[in-house]
Amino acid sequence: MASRKEGTGSTATSSSSTAGAAGKGKGKGGSGDSAVKQVQIDGLVVLKIIKHYQEEGQGTEVVQGVLLGLVVEDRLEITNCFPFPQHTEDDADFDEVQYQMEMMRSLRHVNIDHLHVGWYQSTYYGSFVTRALLDSQFSYQHAIEESVVLIYDPIKTAQGSLSLKAYRLTPKLMEVCKEKDFSPEALKKANITFEYMFEEVPIVIKNSHLINVLMWELEKKSAVADKHELLSLASSNHLGKNLQLLMDRVDEMSQDIVKYNTYMRNTSKQQQQKHQYQQRRQQENMQRQSRGEPPLPEEDLSKLFKPPQPPARMDSLLIAGQINTYCQNIKEFTAQNLGKLFMAQALQEYNN
Amino acid sequence: MATPAVPVAVDMEFAKNMYELHKKVSPNELILGWYATGHDITEHSVLIHEYYSREAPNPIHLTVDTSLQNGRMSIKAYVSTLMGVPGRTMGVMFTPLTVKYAYYDTERIGVDLIMKTCFSPNRVIGLSSDLQQVGGASARIQDALSTVLQYAEDVLSGKVSADNTVGRFLMSLVNQVPKIVPDDFETMLNSNINDLLMVTYLANLTQSQIALNEKLVNL
Repeated sequence: MASRKEGTGSTATSSSSTAGAAGKGKGKGGSGDSAVKQVQIDGLVVLKIIKHYQEEGQGTEVVQGVLLGLVVEDRLEITNCFPFPQHTEDDADFDEVQYQMEMMRSLRHVNIDHLHVGWYQSTYYGSFVTRALLDSQFSYQHAIEESVVLIYDPIKTAQGSLSLKAYRLTPKLMEVCKEKDFSPEALKKANITFEYMFEEVPIVIKNSHLINVLMWELEKKSAVADKHELLSLASSNHLGKNLQLLMDRVDEMSQDIVKYNTYMRNTSKQQQQKHQYQQRRQQENMQRQSRGEPPLPEEDLSKLFKPPQPPARMDSLLIAGQINTYCQNIKEFTAQNLGKLFMAQALQEYNN
Repeated sequence: MATPAVPVAVDMEFAKNMYELHKKVSPNELILGWYATGHDITEHSVLIHEYYSREAPNPIHLTVDTSLQNGRMSIKAYVSTLMGVPGRTMGVMFTPLTVKYAYYDTERIGVDLIMKTCFSPNRVIGLSSDLQQVGGASARIQDALSTVLQYAEDVLSGKVSADNTVGRFLMSLVNQVPKIVPDDFETMLNSNINDLLMVTYLANLTQSQIALNEKLVNL
């Protein structure tokens, strides 16, 4: 993941000069206000992402790719995308930056938008709130203000409805990432809660008229979909998997909390020790003065009592964010299932 | 690609480049043929097809009629076959192939969603929330059911002659609703609903727990 980060970072900075005029010029929103209010995706991009995962993604591996498009007022239009090759062991000399540059140059020849506006990633059961994603998105957003990350959930899509979400980092989180200071005090000052880390941008899908004509053609020629996955009642497996992942995360979180608690306890204990030491010193000094001896020199307290390392709070924020996402998914899922169960009940009642 | 009067040119460098880049992502894919927009096959197509017969054995030529002649976007596919008198003048003929559309499930779902833009005024649709999707799916089934009902009524009133195969399908459809003893069904339903409610409750509890943790840490 490390080389991927550097790759996107340097590409982003080098392509920001090309995207700069279009992107930054139009993207200056109000201070504290997000630059992008809506993401408009071409049908082509949706299908390409689906295809990429279907062909190259297996199991828990994520597939990634780059989004191309432009910014119009407060809308981010994504008109095309291209996939990124997987990171395999025999790719030691694979230059990602070069691949991106080549791709963009070639696409420019066929008149496709070649401006970077973000990237997409597939996810496994909704577990995408990781440090790697945060870093990648930060480097993208730092270079191109309007970039988004599209998260595609293939398993949820197979259950019946397309699951595609667009996320950006909130301005506050951008500030914190810029400082690279993840200590508790800095985060407290910035007042970031896990809910306010990523903001979701609403997506709309738009097609050109020509594509609509194609759609009508396909509708005539293709058979009626014989799988109504969305209304299937037997989808508890999905829920079980989600809950298991949630439990793992909660375990991680509790470990993290224990670590933080020990740190707090250690600091307070140390404070007490310092205090006691100082007091003893003062007493001794007073005694010595009363006896007429020179007072002992003040020793450097900070060298005697080394303060313990404060644990980085970013990880716990990420875990909290991830737990939040899992909970949202689960709630959506249960809402759907309740609806389906009531429908089944209505069907049975009518039968009797 | 070009107007008939001008000789056509294909940027082979570009094609090779793109293929190389594409192979990095999907190393197992091969070139099967080429496509062109336009209504008909021209002499240029023969030349380009010849080039591609070097890249792939028996390449396929796909035409997509974006000029919408005949009011439709016809998508046709061809393979080239030799024709003519052997030993003397030989030519190449493009024989048409049948075009079928196959989808895998996620793709189908994506295409169904995208198709909805046909019905909206400015060709824009948003992604719907969870329960709305279930509502949409049940509306679709309702439509299908009303078509079937209409057919049944027509047969009963004698407007349409009864077809045995359709009748048998309808019988199996009605019998697919399983006959379960009402009490058993009640218990099944209630236990499922209880499970789902419990899971919702736990999810909400977890969320409030982490929110609380956040507040405590930031004290």
